[in-house]
Amino acid sequence: MAVVDTADAAADKKRAQEAVLDLQEVSVLYSGKAAVKKVSCTVWRNRITSIIGPSGCGKSTLLRSLNRMNDFVDGVTIEGKILFANQNLYGDEVDPVEVRRRIGMVFQKPNPFPKTIYNNISWGPSINGYSGSMDELVERSLQQAALWEEVKDRLQDSALNLSGGQQQRLCIARALAMEPQVLLMDEPCSALDPISTAHIEDLLFELQSRYTIVIVTHNMQQAARVSDYTAFMEMGHLIEFGETDQIFTRPEKKRTEEYVTGRFG
Amino acid sequence: MPLSSESAQKQLAARHRKSRMFKHLCAAITWSSVFLLAMLLVRVTMDGLGWLDWQFINSFPSRIPERAGIKSALVGTLWMIVMVAVIAIPIGVSAALYLEEFSKKGRLATLIEVNVANLAGVPSIVYGILGLAIFVRFFALERSLISGALTMSLLILPVIIIASREAIKMVPMSIRYAALSLGATRWQTTWAHVLPSAFPGIMTGVILALSRAIGETAPLILIGAASFMAFLPTGPMDSFTALPIQIYSWVSRPQREFHELAAAGILVLLAVLLLMNATAIYIRNRTEKRLK
Repeated sequence: MAVVDTADAAADKKRAQEAVLDLQEVSVLYSGKAAVKKVSCTVWRNRITSIIGPSGCGKSTLLRSLNRMNDFVDGVTIEGKILFANQNLYGDEVDPVEVRRRIGMVFQKPNPFPKTIYNNISWGPSINGYSGSMDELVERSLQQAALWEEVKDRLQDSALNLSGGQQQRLCIARALAMEPQVLLMDEPCSALDPISTAHIEDLLFELQSRYTIVIVTHNMQQAARVSDYTAFMEMGHLIEFGETDQIFTRPEKKRTEEYVTGRFG
Repeated sequence: MPLSSESAQKQLAARHRKSRMFKHLCAAITWSSVFLLAMLLVRVTMDGLGWLDWQFINSFPSRIPERAGIKSALVGTLWMIVMVAVIAIPIGVSAALYLEEFSKKGRLATLIEVNVANLAGVPSIVYGILGLAIFVRFFALERSLISGALTMSLLILPVIIIASREAIKMVPMSIRYAALSLGATRWQTTWAHVLPSAFPGIMTGVILALSRAIGETAPLILIGAASFMAFLPTGPMDSFTALPIQIYSWVSRPQREFHELAAAGILVLLAVLLLMNATAIYIRNRTEKRLK
């Protein structure tokens, strides 16, 4: 009996240690100028990884390179490798459209489509050939984003009539409707009031069991509250990466300690 | 009880005076141009209103002023509007979409951009010469509706392209990113989100361009639109005349009655223009409401 338990625990542990994204010396250059310099780290399955650091340290740039959203910036080049399901995201045989379908994104400012709430959710799946019941998918996605109760009676209203916090949860629901393996969030709460922020943070805990989340945040308390792993960046370099507890209580690097204790940034 | 010292108050009063002066200056300029336009309309209406009846609209031109009408010119203009719209809108909007959404920003894009902007400023008579050389002669389309429509399309393409590009630029990047992050292709993003959001702006540009096309006379004279037509065009290869041409030919006659007929023709042209603009505004407001 005890042996079985141990085996289960070992299996759990093994699953916990499964890498979803493996960054190997990733550099991002804008017109030859490096914004991210040789970053190596691992994003683990069903864990929340936060990226913190002062403004302009390259954290958003790094995040956008994880689902090839940087492709739309003129003059950008990526060096190094980002392995996802054992494939380099920047390999020749990889279709960036496919990458973005499997690695979703939530942006800094809520950006719902100027369409109905329903269509905001259904558009992504429909263009990607989703064939199941759309009504169910819309309901499920909205429920996962903790928005269903608030909008279930007005799915045909314009999404632009929602409050900022509701719009951001709609954007999360929209991303979830694609059933992505990874959800990238670029300072998702920076445009929101504290109550909406708390809503989103609660939501992150709920989502953690099913999704792998990478979140960029300005707010160190937020990183400490929500994430399992934390990456601290400065001037394009990854200064320290580790379990959130360790980063915030026993940082190895002096710079990290100075930042998390609020001495600069 | 003054809040500040005397000198500060004096200075403030001077600033307010300046602000008021500028406001009055702007108002004066605005109202003087509106006044000129109103004078013009009043003159034309006084001259032409007496001639404007169903008989005028439903008759072919004639040497006898009492029997003369504008039927062939009105029908010719309507044909033109439809054909120009069908030719110029798809090409112009596609070109704008290509330049804004698909082409790599670089030297070639800049070159095209500068050229399009320059083309918008080329005098219309030059387009007339071009149309004569290319469509009438080279493609041997003769002095037909299609020659006229193609020439007019060339004339207004730059305007449509520039206006559409501006409208497309106004669509926030965040909408594009939202669509692309859901695994949409560039085309899916453009078709489902960029184009609908830019639609009201594109409509405005298109209508302004079409309005310009139906008022243009010079290119049509050059490619040889008829000034006297006693039958209606039945297809794109038929010869034709248009409202501005008819007005021009009446104005150039010595008799006073024909000048008044020209005024009546101008009223018809204005009515067509107003109708088009009203339709555009209606469509624009409806789509804008739907997007909100």
